[in-house]
Amino acid sequence: MRKKDARPARTAWLVVAGLVVFMLVLAGCGSSSDDSGGGGGDEAMQKLGKGEGQVNLISWAGYVEPEWVKPFEQETGCKVNNKTGGTSDEMVQLMGTGEYDGVSASGNASARLLAAGDVDPVNVDLVPNYKTIFSDLKDQPYNTFDGVNYGIPHGRGANLLMWNSDDVKPAPDSWDVMLDPKVAAKYKGRISVYDESSYIADAAMYLKFHEPDLGIENPYELNDEQFEAAVDLLKEQRANVGEYWSEAAKQISAFANGDVQLGTTWQYQYFALQGEGEPMAASPASQGFLPKEGATGWSDTWMISSQAKHPNCMYMWMNYIVSPKANAEVAEFFGEAPAQSLACDQTADKEFCTKYHADNPGFWKRVYYWETPVADCGNGEENCKDYNDWVKAWTSIKG
Amino acid sequence: MRLSRRARVLLRTAVGVGLAFIYIPLLVIGIYAFNSSRILKWPPPGLTTEWFSKAFESETAREALLTSLEAGLVATAIALLLGSLAALAVARHRFFGRETISFLVVLPIALPGIVTGVALSNTFTQVLGIPLSLFTVIVGHATFCIVVVYNNVVARLRRTSGSFEEASADLGANTWQTFRFVTFPSMKTALAAGGLLAFALSFDEIIVTTFTIGAGEETLPIWIYRNLFRPNQLPIVDAVAVIVIVISIVPVYLAHRLSSEEGGVTGGKGGGGMVEAETAAAP
Amino acid sequence: MATEAVAARRSAGHRLAGLFQGRPRLQVGALLAAPGAWLVILYLGSLAVLLITAFWTVDPLSGAVVKGFSLENFESLVNEPVYRDIVWRTVRTAALVTVTDAVIAFPIAFYMAKVASRRGKAILIVAVLMPLWSSYLVKILSWRTMLSEDGVINWALNPIGLHGPGYGLTAVWLVLSYLWLPYMILPIYAGLERIPNSLISASEDLGASPFTTFRRVIFPLAFPAVVAGSIFTFSLSLGDFITPRLVSNSQFIGNTIASSITNDLPFAAALALIPIVVMIAYLSVARKLGAFEHV
Repeated sequence: MRKKDARPARTAWLVVAGLVVFMLVLAGCGSSSDDSGGGGGDEAMQKLGKGEGQVNLISWAGYVEPEWVKPFEQETGCKVNNKTGGTSDEMVQLMGTGEYDGVSASGNASARLLAAGDVDPVNVDLVPNYKTIFSDLKDQPYNTFDGVNYGIPHGRGANLLMWNSDDVKPAPDSWDVMLDPKVAAKYKGRISVYDESSYIADAAMYLKFHEPDLGIENPYELNDEQFEAAVDLLKEQRANVGEYWSEAAKQISAFANGDVQLGTTWQYQYFALQGEGEPMAASPASQGFLPKEGATGWSDTWMISSQAKHPNCMYMWMNYIVSPKANAEVAEFFGEAPAQSLACDQTADKEFCTKYHADNPGFWKRVYYWETPVADCGNGEENCKDYNDWVKAWTSIKG
Repeated sequence: MRLSRRARVLLRTAVGVGLAFIYIPLLVIGIYAFNSSRILKWPPPGLTTEWFSKAFESETAREALLTSLEAGLVATAIALLLGSLAALAVARHRFFGRETISFLVVLPIALPGIVTGVALSNTFTQVLGIPLSLFTVIVGHATFCIVVVYNNVVARLRRTSGSFEEASADLGANTWQTFRFVTFPSMKTALAAGGLLAFALSFDEIIVTTFTIGAGEETLPIWIYRNLFRPNQLPIVDAVAVIVIVISIVPVYLAHRLSSEEGGVTGGKGGGGMVEAETAAAP
Repeated sequence: MATEAVAARRSAGHRLAGLFQGRPRLQVGALLAAPGAWLVILYLGSLAVLLITAFWTVDPLSGAVVKGFSLENFESLVNEPVYRDIVWRTVRTAALVTVTDAVIAFPIAFYMAKVASRRGKAILIVAVLMPLWSSYLVKILSWRTMLSEDGVINWALNPIGLHGPGYGLTAVWLVLSYLWLPYMILPIYAGLERIPNSLISASEDLGASPFTTFRRVIFPLAFPAVVAGSIFTFSLSLGDFITPRLVSNSQFIGNTIASSITNDLPFAAALALIPIVVMIAYLSVARKLGAFEHV
């Protein structure tokens, strides 16, 4: 029975193959006109028009909350649709779809968004509240490219070392409790690590302090030897890791359930867990110190999409979120230093800005903001590991 | 079959253990849906029905439900059409490539969902340049629902002899009349069973959906996934899950009754397995 | 009735139907046009495009896809040992899940097919089908809560000094076995149903013990059905990305593809080719074992 069908079956496959080739031709022609790619976006907006009635945002968890969104919607008539991103990678990918108006981009997203042509320059004259933003946040390499402003600073913070004070004693003052294989082994299987390649910089920062012979200056600019050392350290860490988290809420439930006892986190989770009565303690900037090696961190910028369908509302949002009251609210809710200097008078806790070092540039020198690693890292040799290397290495690290 | 007393007891125990394995996790979710606390500690401190009322009130849940229903109905309609067309061709005719069609129809289900999802998503966004939306979701769902309908109809058509159609043609009916008065009536319940199962498949699907859905839409499984980790939402998710289970008992039972009219088991994805076209049909 | 229809008016629809009369090739063509176009152009074509995409690369800074032939992705897959680990881990788990499900499913299917009364059979079928309808995600979530530190499993095991498996590979195995069990029960049940009782009686009449009858008559006849069920348990386990994400920390093929797709689509495409190749191999073996004849 099967032999008889052999020839007809072959013909059938030929037909199928023909149609498949047709698809391939489509693939070759298709979307060559789509990708905008390369270089900077168009001109920044020159004049602010009327609101379009809605604005679609991508943001970190805790940045866009009803508390300050509702007054904005009432004031401007722009309805806010928000999508939370767990990692910068996710945010870059979402912006690529062209369906959002803006994003709260960290330093390891902003350069990539620009390179992909997904963001436009921002005309800071259209954002009156920009004038009173802390000066050490303006014109920084992560929000200003070739002298052109590409966003409005939102706020900044340091990544936290958080631990369950019932289970982890004595209170750690160094990242060695997570990265030194001997010390971390005490908490085997109970450590929570951020699931993104940017965590390699934390290892590099640790090595900068503990192994100065490697000559690491900027944990995002690593040559082969330095990179390998950091990667090896993280591979050793893997044996002790309980979870690699990429969603804030997932980490919160893991800590609450007792599945993990210490890890890197953001203030947002720390507040949430404290709010549930969990015995959490952390080394946040708010307590006045960092672990002795310093910390990685972020400085976030609101950027506008080059394909924004609601640019006026987006500008209104950017101006609103850095207005004194709103910026104070979001900073206190999330637990970060506000970008707006006038916000310090508006915080419920009068000591807030001091605790979070909002006006203390010296503090931020020990915080290594997230950055996109590039091969040409300015050491004249162009041999630094680039973003692809980091991402590939991260998969190897997790095993 | 004659089984010793001991064998019978062992068998019954194995069945009992198996059924327990199947149902205990469902009961756990059922209990958590009544949990009075938000924390997932076991055992739950108390019981409450507030999550059910919150579930009914939740606007996002309702929207997601409607989206799922819409996607399911359209995808099922497409699958019914395409599946029966293919089944009619395969079961009632001999032609070159018949074996290929059977294999092709099954491929979207035999290959892991992530492959289907990534491939379709890639085609939509890179090749065709169309944005992801409910439309692309429906296309994805219809693709793997075809096989469920196809299998049910093919199995039914194989059980009913083609001689009725020949007789109808001999009596002077044209092809459409033969189909309408002879073939279709015998297919009806198979179509219904296939349709119900296709709907079930689409309603619960998340893997292909994740890759083909647009940013602003949510089907019910996507809604569940997005709310899984929000401690505040979790009990509501459990309540929604219980509601879905309870509501779906009826279609399952119906599908079972419809397909068992001819005595076979054609349920679910496992039941809709591969059928070798030629070798199964006797000449 | 049919003769009257023929003798009646010759409408356009009537003529169209007549066109197909006696022309089986045309009928087949018309029937297959739509499903064929859908499956071949859209689905197979998408798979083909995926294959091509695997040969493209991505700009490291902007993340934009760079078309142009490159073997870079495949080089990474071959040279980096981690991908071998991931594939092996996934295949191993899928195989384990398949065997586990076969072992659990067989007694249930056997009871349903050969031992249960008519009523019992009907009840069992519904009982087995029901869980198919309770959301896949919720089932995984249920296991996630059961496996957590404060969950049911530890609550039951701690008093006797044991500890649950927690999250990890064991959890993935447990959950996947749980999820796909109905897909194994049904084909085996159908296959066992087809075994005529007369064969079993004959074996017993010839003096074989029930165990021998099982080993030499029942199981060989049911084996193709087991393989048919295994196709689904294996394939579903191979590609699952949600279970490893929710109850473990490990990278399986599925969640590696899912996380690669955000920043390196061509690489994700290359990864996706692996389960395709594995499944094609599995399917051809299954076909030889006769699984394709079993519902």
